Amino acid sequence: MARPRPEPVQVVKQRRDAALKSLVQGVPYARFLGISFDRRGDELTGVLNFDEKLIGNPFLPAIHGGVTSAFLEVTSVITLEWETLWPDIESGAIDVEQMVAGHLPRSPKTIDFTVDYLRSGLPRDAYARATIGRSGRRYASVRVEAWQDNRDRPFAQAVGHFLMPPKDTGPDKA
Amino acid sequence: MALADKIKLAKQFIEAIPHAKALGMTLTSIDNGTAEISMPYSENIIGDPKTGVIHGGAVSAVMDTCCGAAVMSHSDAPAGTATIDLRIDYMRAATPGQTIVTRATCYHITRNVAFVRATATDDDGDRPVATATGAFTVEAR
Repeated sequence: MARPRPEPVQVVKQRRDAALKSLVQGVPYARFLGISFDRRGDELTGVLNFDEKLIGNPFLPAIHGGVTSAFLEVTSVITLEWETLWPDIESGAIDVEQMVAGHLPRSPKTIDFTVDYLRSGLPRDAYARATIGRSGRRYASVRVEAWQDNRDRPFAQAVGHFLMPPKDTGPDKA
Repeated sequence: MALADKIKLAKQFIEAIPHAKALGMTLTSIDNGTAEISMPYSENIIGDPKTGVIHGGAVSAVMDTCCGAAVMSHSDAPAGTATIDLRIDYMRAATPGQTIVTRATCYHITRNVAFVRATATDDDGDRPVATATGAFTVEAR
């Protein structure tokens, strides 16, 4: 049997970017903090776009520890959702247009989140990448790291546990 | 420094934090090693628009601020503080529309490290929304 012809690049990109954007835009608090995502294939990098309102210590100045924590948590949840949804987005089992219209699958719920503050966050953009240690039917464990100028000098890292939404309930069901 | 002055200074410091202002946080009580901060419900902190439940990250932000305030107000803390680590346990979703009240206690302090516990509640004060435990630095003057 002949291999099916690959989809045109713009179709693939449009679908993936639209799905990702709908996930991020669906979280008002992420929009408020100015968090966006860079995507390379299925790999995500969270970007915290700097703004004065993110400052926690005006004398240093430094990014608020709570903002850092929220940024790490948002990156963890979006990465976890992204990894879970990816196969269905690619196979067409999930209709991306429905997602864009605001019918989003249920999100994982944070059980606990532990942040390690390694250096003070400088008043400029920050980046974060999450690694999924395990994503099971009910629980997931995620590690995440945030850096600014230098990838090898993270300013914060965290571990979180999440309760996964039931798999069989599709978008907008109980 | 007299404890009263220290508490006044901590209050001024907390109220000058841009992010605390952005989230509408108010320091409602501060005393030797304890602090209480409230954060009103707003569209900005929603995590799930379908239910209107606030994002865990917003709870982290008040918890962190409140824990820091508790350290700064402690009679054995010479000056400022920074978070070393903070763990938050999320017990339940906060009821949409309700103000979050966080209370933190600095229960032990050494020359270098302050240990803090905190809880966050909504209008149902008997069932915490989240609890936190953390370690903070004790900055020399």
